[in-house]
Amino acid sequence: MKAPPFRYARPRTLAAALKLLAEGGETARLLAGGQSLVPALNMRLLEPKLLIDINDVSELSGISETRTGIRVGALTRQAVLGASDIVARRAPLLTAAVPFIAHAAIRNRGTFGGSLAQADPAAELPACAVALEAQLEIAGPRGLRRVPARDFFKGVYETALAPDEILVAAEIPAQRGETLFLELARRHGDYAMAGLAGWAMVQQGRVTEARLVFFGTDIRAIEAKAASAALATSVEAAIAALDHDLTPVADFNASAAMKRHLAGALLRRACAAVMARAA
Amino acid sequence: MSETVAVRLTVNGATVERDVQPRLNLVDFLRDELGLTGTHWSCEHGACGACTVRVDGEIVRGCLVFAVQLDGATVETVEGLTDSGALAELQAAFHVRNAVQCGYCTPAMLLTADALLRRDPDPSRETIRAALSANYCRCTGYHAIVDAVADAARERAKRP
Repeated sequence: MKAPPFRYARPRTLAAALKLLAEGGETARLLAGGQSLVPALNMRLLEPKLLIDINDVSELSGISETRTGIRVGALTRQAVLGASDIVARRAPLLTAAVPFIAHAAIRNRGTFGGSLAQADPAAELPACAVALEAQLEIAGPRGLRRVPARDFFKGVYETALAPDEILVAAEIPAQRGETLFLELARRHGDYAMAGLAGWAMVQQGRVTEARLVFFGTDIRAIEAKAASAALATSVEAAIAALDHDLTPVADFNASAAMKRHLAGALLRRACAAVMARAA
Repeated sequence: MSETVAVRLTVNGATVERDVQPRLNLVDFLRDELGLTGTHWSCEHGACGACTVRVDGEIVRGCLVFAVQLDGATVETVEGLTDSGALAELQAAFHVRNAVQCGYCTPAMLLTADALLRRDPDPSRETIRAALSANYCRCTGYHAIVDAVADAARERAKRP
């Protein structure tokens, strides 16, 4: 189908975009990459009165190196994120994740911030943001605020963003350890049935510290704290500990039990890959 | 209906100016406003890939971009890329390998394959399959298309 009629605005500054959003209220929507919003419009799941195209808002753009890590503007295209040398050096988990996001034609338009704000439970970038302890910078009528990624994702398509706020950027501390990234999907580019994003420090064949985040299993990206801690004991202990961490939810791809099984399988594969690399 | 917005963009090298409704997507703009029917639509939600075109040099889903967003942009379609010869090896290989049945997906397949070969001139069959997973073909079973893209990569390597 075709999108329903809407008015179109293309502000050039963050202040102008915020003003339009405040005026539009619940009937306005931000248009960034449009790779989730436009399908929703075409399927008539949404009928906003006003689309605020933020693609010209310069405050939202760019990747830069900071003292502690990197800063990624919300409007950064996923393809640009995946090709960035700064990202590959400071947050290689993101570099590993990008090729799994949909397809090249979609990554050329889809944005980093859009993926976070959409908060699809099976999406890659929210899980990476949690695993990397990103701080999300949010602008609104009351100024700027920062929210840790682990508090940002609330549920299926649900975040800490208020309707009058705009996600501006993520501040991401430099990644430590070896990258863990794997996902299982029915076809390349589909949303994951289950996925794992994280990192692990390995010394003399043992994991000394790790942060594992699962996506596509629960209603949001879930930090598997018990499994991360149990990795110091053994991979099998970590897989068993996933029972504490995960509350898998069935979708049209897989039952809850299958998702729980796949999470364990991913963890076993990822650990084998990390050990092989570290050896 | 909503008000129209004036846009001016370059399509296959020519400047075009139109007043468009904001809801008009790029595929319908190309087909209905400009008569460029080589770009096809099918699912209209970004899944099938039939509407693949180039915007500012990179492939995108035409059904997921509104024409109103493209003021100042450069758009290239299968018609323009055929005229320039950019797709010549791919088109010849699709013909030789019989990688076309109904042909509906073919223009977009060519653009997706071209984007792959520009990024990776010597892709493995696995890489070709991963790239083509962006585009549905409901006739061929893909084998002949993968063969054609592999052939075209070898032909392109001979370009001066």
